[in-house]
Amino acid sequence: MNQRDLFPIRRYRSPAPGIHPPHLYPGYVSSVKRAPSQALVSIPQTLSEVTGPGFQRHQLKVGADLTAQGHGEPSGQRISLSGRVLDEDGKPIRNTLVEIWQANAAGRYNHAVDQHDAPLDPNFIGNGQLLTDEEGRYQFKTIRPGAYPWRNHPNAWRPAHIHFSLFGPAISTRLVTQMYFPGDPLLPFDPIFNGIRDEAARQRLIARFDWNTTVPEQALGFTFDIVLRGRLETPMENRL
Amino acid sequence: MTTSPKPDSLLGLGAYQTVGPFFQIGFEALYQNDLAVPGLKGRLVSIRGQVFDSDRLPVPDAVLEIWQANSFGKYAHPEDQQDKPLDLDFTGFGRCPTDAEGRFGFRTVKPGPVPSSTETPQAPHISVSIFMRGLLDRLVTRIYFIDEDSNRTDEILNLIDPARRPTLFARPIPGESDAYLWNIVLQGHDETVFLDF
Repeated sequence: MNQRDLFPIRRYRSPAPGIHPPHLYPGYVSSVKRAPSQALVSIPQTLSEVTGPGFQRHQLKVGADLTAQGHGEPSGQRISLSGRVLDEDGKPIRNTLVEIWQANAAGRYNHAVDQHDAPLDPNFIGNGQLLTDEEGRYQFKTIRPGAYPWRNHPNAWRPAHIHFSLFGPAISTRLVTQMYFPGDPLLPFDPIFNGIRDEAARQRLIARFDWNTTVPEQALGFTFDIVLRGRLETPMENRL
Repeated sequence: MTTSPKPDSLLGLGAYQTVGPFFQIGFEALYQNDLAVPGLKGRLVSIRGQVFDSDRLPVPDAVLEIWQANSFGKYAHPEDQQDKPLDLDFTGFGRCPTDAEGRFGFRTVKPGPVPSSTETPQAPHISVSIFMRGLLDRLVTRIYFIDEDSNRTDEILNLIDPARRPTLFARPIPGESDAYLWNIVLQGHDETVFLDF
């Protein structure tokens, strides 16, 4: 094989055990019929796994200000939600797509399936999109979502949360997660949050209140940094 | 799986959480199940199927994302250094939710072979991520085409128990040209092979 036929595949580190929740987590009842029973098959990362979709500004259809989606102000506590998207080595992940979605201040989603008896807000849809900047930064303006009941177990309530979807440079770095709020009394009882075995990994999903991004007379500031998989140091060669 | 000692200096990784039942609110803006942009080179195919749970009931609230190379086997990505043509406006990315019967479908180009770590290229395949309420972490798998001879030498397929390999094969739909059926069984008999990388 000629040397020029080889090119390096820059692979990604594997997550430490306990960070990502298991597929089967009986406390989260709907995992029981949907989680695979067979072990996942480990495969080496090839070009297919170290590449992934990129998005351009013109593809975005939704803004980063979730308080400006109706004719008036949505109900609730305005918040400024910002942070950085980094890899495990601390390198900013630039120009990557961040999608968020959330319930309104009363804990109701703008979705046909959500029949929770709490008011919809005509001025709130609850979705946002943006691309991170050159330092991996993002900033959304939104309202603090409410907690809401669900039917996982008797008197079950989800802690207030905002769903985050991130891509990073490859399908290996794809991450969908949820951001929680500090001091939420529902967190210790939530099987989705507690499906994460690693205590530090759970704590990382809790945003921090931040004076620096709190806008006087306007909005409370919360910061939430998100770390995606970083690269292994030694590239592996693939053949062209 | 690739393992390496974790230096203490590494930042803590973000943990997966379920997309829940209301992902449509956040994902709908980028729903795209027709990847066949004008002028796209290669053979257009449609791939359709259903997602089933352990009771063999359809899953009406899943969402699939696909990622693939173009017909030349080239990814629209800066780390694909192969000297092969790109197709203008072909991103290789699709996203499709399941309907009330658990059905999904994509129209796309059949991908070409892409490099492997051996001397034989990988057989044409499409990478798939599956998200839904009930899955705290995504599931990842691949679609292969059953009528491809190169499946026999595919580096990844050969890592999989031969008895389970057929779960990754899309099969031609009789009486319909260029249409393939590929179902996902989350658990139980004929459970789809899910991957980890």
